Amino acid sequence: MFLFILYIIITVILTYILLYLINIGVKLLKILVCIKQVIDPEIPASAFRINVDSKKVEETVGILPVINGFCENAVEAALRIKDVSEANVTILSIGNKFVTEVVKKPLSMGADQLILIEGSEFEDLDPIATVYVLKSAIEKIGNFDLILCGRQASDWDNALVPLGLSEMLNLPCITIAQKIEVIDQGLIVQKTLSNGYEIIESSLPALVTVTNELGDPRYPNLKGIMAASRKIPTIWNAKDLDIDLENLKPKLKLIDLKIPISDKKCEIIKGDDDEDTGRKLAIRLREAKLI
Amino acid sequence: MANILLFGEVSDKEISSITYELLSAANKLKVNEDDKVIVALLGDVIPDSYEDLFSYGAQAICLVSDHLLKRSNLEIFLSASEQVVNKFNPDIVLFGKTSIGRDIAPRLAFKLGVPVAQDCIDLEIDQKTNKIMVTRPVYGGSAIAKLLFDGIGPQIVIVRPKIFEPLNVRENKGELIELNIQLDAGLIKTKLIEKVLRESKGIPLESAKVVVAGGRGLGEAANFDLLKELAQVLGGAVGASRAVCDAGWLDHEYQIGLTGKTITPDLYITVGISGASQHMAGCSGSKNIVAINKDPSANIFSSANFGVVGDWNAILPAFLEAVRELN
Repeated sequence: MFLFILYIIITVILTYILLYLINIGVKLLKILVCIKQVIDPEIPASAFRINVDSKKVEETVGILPVINGFCENAVEAALRIKDVSEANVTILSIGNKFVTEVVKKPLSMGADQLILIEGSEFEDLDPIATVYVLKSAIEKIGNFDLILCGRQASDWDNALVPLGLSEMLNLPCITIAQKIEVIDQGLIVQKTLSNGYEIIESSLPALVTVTNELGDPRYPNLKGIMAASRKIPTIWNAKDLDIDLENLKPKLKLIDLKIPISDKKCEIIKGDDDEDTGRKLAIRLREAKLI
Repeated sequence: MANILLFGEVSDKEISSITYELLSAANKLKVNEDDKVIVALLGDVIPDSYEDLFSYGAQAICLVSDHLLKRSNLEIFLSASEQVVNKFNPDIVLFGKTSIGRDIAPRLAFKLGVPVAQDCIDLEIDQKTNKIMVTRPVYGGSAIAKLLFDGIGPQIVIVRPKIFEPLNVRENKGELIELNIQLDAGLIKTKLIEKVLRESKGIPLESAKVVVAGGRGLGEAANFDLLKELAQVLGGAVGASRAVCDAGWLDHEYQIGLTGKTITPDLYITVGISGASQHMAGCSGSKNIVAINKDPSANIFSSANFGVVGDWNAILPAFLEAVRELN
């Protein structure tokens, strides 16, 4: 009798667990967000320096790198989906010399995991190599429903990696999204145009690139910061991903990198006071036949 | 003999200006007399005015029209572009950095397994290697990079609009190729549901001869009223820096810069704009820049023709009044 009751109880519990797991399997949306750590684009022009020999932009002492702005918008887009549905957000980044406090920011904002693909061989990868490594990492992660990226990175402004990745993973790709909604196994995306937007529907899985028109990324709150401090990033190296280092060589040769010199001479207009200067400016522009 | 293939564009039943600009860039890359510049025009309807392209440096025009070639069907455009490239086996392929070019060219490059150079403002053939050397702004325009193609396969280049001047070569004939290609509607993965366009008020920023733009230095949204008034008096348009649009003072359609609009007015008046390189990327083609800023060390002064250091609150109303009087 006792065994029979125990049998019933265990069966019921197992059934519930099974149902719960099936439920998760159906509803949990797996989002991957690819981010890039970049030199802070807000550093003043006077602090922006290029090393002529290495043809690289020098890091400014005392100024931390940042997560590329559009990548933060992509994290925000993922979290907004998570706000209204069951979703798991994994952040993925490739690079060398990651600054932990910088790359952990998406975790403080509310992302679930952080995977860093780190090593000196991953420094300054070109778009083809970046796509190759990202694809290897995504295949190792396994299944996903949605990949989000920033529309472009503030260093090389290429906007090539997301499109290349979508091509190599054979995914639909919608670029420059200002709003993303997940609806029964599909996506509704607002793509920003210069004079409005398009509403585009796509099936999942898909890749979407995000623009600043989506809105500012949220500030991490205390709870988020506490949660992030307990999370340890997963770190993968070239071996973990079976990377063939031959494939990381750049396909376009960087011949020269320099700061453009402006040969413009600015004519400063000065008056007795600001009002007078305003009038003098008008007169000068009329003389120059510009107004 | 080398083929130089460029993808022209059609919009509102006209050949887009980028097509003429790409023709000019392509002709710059001709090394031998028999190098052939081919324009491919893809679309559901191709306007008859395409013949005009012969007089702007096209030696051949390839027309691909199909009802599936609607702008929103990116996968179809991609498949058609790939087939056109395979047909001509070009050494060089040019795209414009336009909404369709920047979506198609990168995917095509990855499909073909070749590199692509983005956002180029100059192109030349390297004497030693006979490959293309491109010049392009990077780091939001803070630096200029020169990159050289290497290896085999078509060299795909995405050219920044409004850089190359169309060049009339006064030739009016060439080869016309109508290409029949197989397109599969099953490739379409995304569907355009609706296009929501804002009603444009006044002169569009991109074609305005005078642009008056404000930055964060204006302090608040209401202060743009004065700029609007000035723009109206000068017969121009109002623009803004990204910070202003991100703050919600103005819609993003007013944004000038790397990720906003590119303007090339005769006169560009900036008020309270510091001149970050990302902003300058969108306005460096202006013929004359006037900077009004309270910070004499602001970066904008290094690109300006005329500068005023001071408080716009006092300068601008006096300037506006003087302009009115002069008119």
